[in-house]
Amino acid sequence: MLIRITAPKRQRARHLAQRLGFSVLGLIAIGTVAPILLVVVYIAIQGTPAISLEFLAGFPSNGMRSGGILPAIVGTFYLTVGTAIFSVPLGIGAAIYLSEYAAESRWTRMIRIAIINLAGIPSVVYGLFGLGIFVIFLQFGTSILAGSLTLAIMTLPVIISTAEEALRAVPQAFRVVSISLGATRWQTIRRIVLPQALPGILTGIILGLERAAGETAPILFTVAAFFLPRLPRSPFDATMALPYHLFVIATQVPGMPIQIQYGTALVLLVFVLSMNIIATVIRSRARARRQW
Amino acid sequence: MKIMKSTPAWIEIIIASLIKTCGYSAIVFVGMIFFFLLSEGLPTLAKVPLQTLVSTRWYPIEGYFGITPLLGGSLVVTLGATLVGVPVGLGTAIFIAEVAPRWARELLKPLVEVLGGLPSVVLGFLGILILSPFLRQFLDLPTGLTAFTGSLLLAGIAIPTIVSVAEDALDAVPRSYRDAALALGATEWQTIWLVTLPAARSGVLTAVMLGIGRAIGETMTVMMVTGNAPVLPTSISALFSPIRTMTATIAAEMGEVATGSAHYQVLFFIGIVLFMISLAINVIASAVVFRQRRRSERILS
Amino acid sequence: MNKIQIEHLSLTYSDGKESLKDVSLDIPANAISVLFGPAGGGKSTLLRTINRLNDLADVVSISGRVLLDGEDILDAKTDVIALRRRIGMVFARPVVLPMTIRQNLTYSLELAGERRMSRLEEATVRSLEQAALWDEVKDRLDEPAVALSGGQQQRLCLARSLALEPEVILLDEPTSGLDPISTGKVESTLQKLKEQYTIILVPHSIQQAARIADHAAFFLQGELIEYAPGKTIFTTPSDQRTQDYIEGRFG
Repeated sequence: MLIRITAPKRQRARHLAQRLGFSVLGLIAIGTVAPILLVVVYIAIQGTPAISLEFLAGFPSNGMRSGGILPAIVGTFYLTVGTAIFSVPLGIGAAIYLSEYAAESRWTRMIRIAIINLAGIPSVVYGLFGLGIFVIFLQFGTSILAGSLTLAIMTLPVIISTAEEALRAVPQAFRVVSISLGATRWQTIRRIVLPQALPGILTGIILGLERAAGETAPILFTVAAFFLPRLPRSPFDATMALPYHLFVIATQVPGMPIQIQYGTALVLLVFVLSMNIIATVIRSRARARRQW
Repeated sequence: MKIMKSTPAWIEIIIASLIKTCGYSAIVFVGMIFFFLLSEGLPTLAKVPLQTLVSTRWYPIEGYFGITPLLGGSLVVTLGATLVGVPVGLGTAIFIAEVAPRWARELLKPLVEVLGGLPSVVLGFLGILILSPFLRQFLDLPTGLTAFTGSLLLAGIAIPTIVSVAEDALDAVPRSYRDAALALGATEWQTIWLVTLPAARSGVLTAVMLGIGRAIGETMTVMMVTGNAPVLPTSISALFSPIRTMTATIAAEMGEVATGSAHYQVLFFIGIVLFMISLAINVIASAVVFRQRRRSERILS
Repeated sequence: MNKIQIEHLSLTYSDGKESLKDVSLDIPANAISVLFGPAGGGKSTLLRTINRLNDLADVVSISGRVLLDGEDILDAKTDVIALRRRIGMVFARPVVLPMTIRQNLTYSLELAGERRMSRLEEATVRSLEQAALWDEVKDRLDEPAVALSGGQQQRLCLARSLALEPEVILLDEPTSGLDPISTGKVESTLQKLKEQYTIILVPHSIQQAARIADHAAFFLQGELIEYAPGKTIFTTPSDQRTQDYIEGRFG
């Protein structure tokens, strides 16, 4: 006698329920993603009219209400570079230590807990710390140096965790072969592991710097200046910065033309998103070219 | 072949020590931050009586340093963000990891990453110009700068974190679990909820905790859209009136205080509270992961 | 003349697997010595001890001596890097480095500081010829090594191990992933190489052991049971356990 597996009616009902469930999930996903697109497009539309050579290359005038935002752009650029200088070597070094040198022990667990904690500290607390240590205690004053150091510590966890993941992804077999051919541990890292992990590491660095470039709270008391008549000339100078500038003109300046606000937001967005795009491109090209 | 030279041993030793120093730097930095906050913030307890600190009035100019309304503000906004962000974030993560076809996934993942990269000032900016007037009209409120506005935007900030961590966790569930469930006759829908999600439980929980952590720690967005009124939220309607978070307080007032004054030290004290909260979240999250891993190891061994 | 003398070697890993118990063995020069036996017998462990690759693993205790040309290489003062240059190793799965064919071969030379193009070029050609791979790859030396077939990759690994002109070659189931034709090529290459090198090989089948062994050692759970010339051990083994394994009663 043939046994019916499932009554067709129940099967159809189950299929319908499933399709409904999937659609709900799909709608939720669209609900997450659509606003992103709308935001970007909207800012682009509203902000583009403000973009001109004068806007990008000139200084603010009339209390920020007209003129350009060059010092903010340059400031953000300097801060990003400064953050990279301090966080990249330290971060990659720490990742190499965790992945290639240290055996799992109580100490490495403590290091990992410390990294997770650094990642969770609110950005404004970093600002407090930066203010106290770099601006006041070490007497760097409100400066690019203080801001970069603060942002660097904040960016460290991102760089360490993505770099470690990239290093661990390199097959262990390569290391064994290299050692058997007479390489030292550092030679193996330098010649095989690090080059193979480089795209992943680079992606992590760029994403970390992207976040640093967009942060306001850590730079509020450590580097940001409301208005400077000239570009910063040394690491000990304060500087304007795009995120802070946007905050100021959106909340502190009465009678601020909307267009300039959108224009500033657009420039910041372009700065940040282009880093995002570069990182994504590096990641997908590396995946295609991988030799293992 | 006769032996040739190679890297001298002492160079290897130097490099190894440099790298080891880098490795321990994370511990050094956390320690530094913690001790510094303590040194600048703990003197508060000497200058300001505890009663004042836990009172419900925050009015520093006249010496009222009640932190409770600020704590309440942070909690309300974060709670709202969690209620919105967790279902949306998890739903999106499940969709991306389990339901979406390959082409959709390739599209959605980068887009979510873009959301994660949006600076919080930009979100706050749009909050001021678009969201808050909209909510004011739509919900007929006296002002659009409320905790609710903040919650919505904070959800937008927490969601990318939740989505990417949860999606990684779901992705990591071995194919064999799903295949086994399907082979037993479960539908894909049942498999997701009864097999895959429970298996990814610890990663999903981590995702949620990290999202909550981001929400609590967010500064600029809340500073721009929650109205900055340090009033203790006492009822559900408080969600729709202005409040102020701890983070916004520090950011807004730090620039105006004299170094070493009571106000300065209280702000650092608030910093300690924030640090402790994020520490607690991380400890709980890693304890959950650790216990879950041990349980799975016992089951699988 | 014995190239390698193993004296009372005992080794334990932290997880207790694949250890060695009081193994004593003499490996003659310019011959193929085969270590065979069921899994877990300690054969790979022994190979990895000879080139000190075990330093990377979790070894709890090790005692005894391993003499290469009369010198104990387990001694703490041994220059391990120099030692590994004298010993080449081929693993079970072909692991080509993620570089071009040429770079795979010059890698070990560059590690040792060799920069002269002439020497690098000479080593490349020589080792590829010795591994019977030259004709197949001479026109594509600058292509990625992963583009080669499985059998070619394994012969590349063999060539790579020859680049530094070592004295000893260790092979751990080198043909386990290869088709019969590639296997045959590797085996005949080894027969030619034994004139210059000392070869120690863990075979992936009894038949392979019987085909190429000049001397063979039977390992069972970390102990050396029997060691005899290849001609006799596979036809008339002295120990009952060896006989049982060869006849397939276990393993």
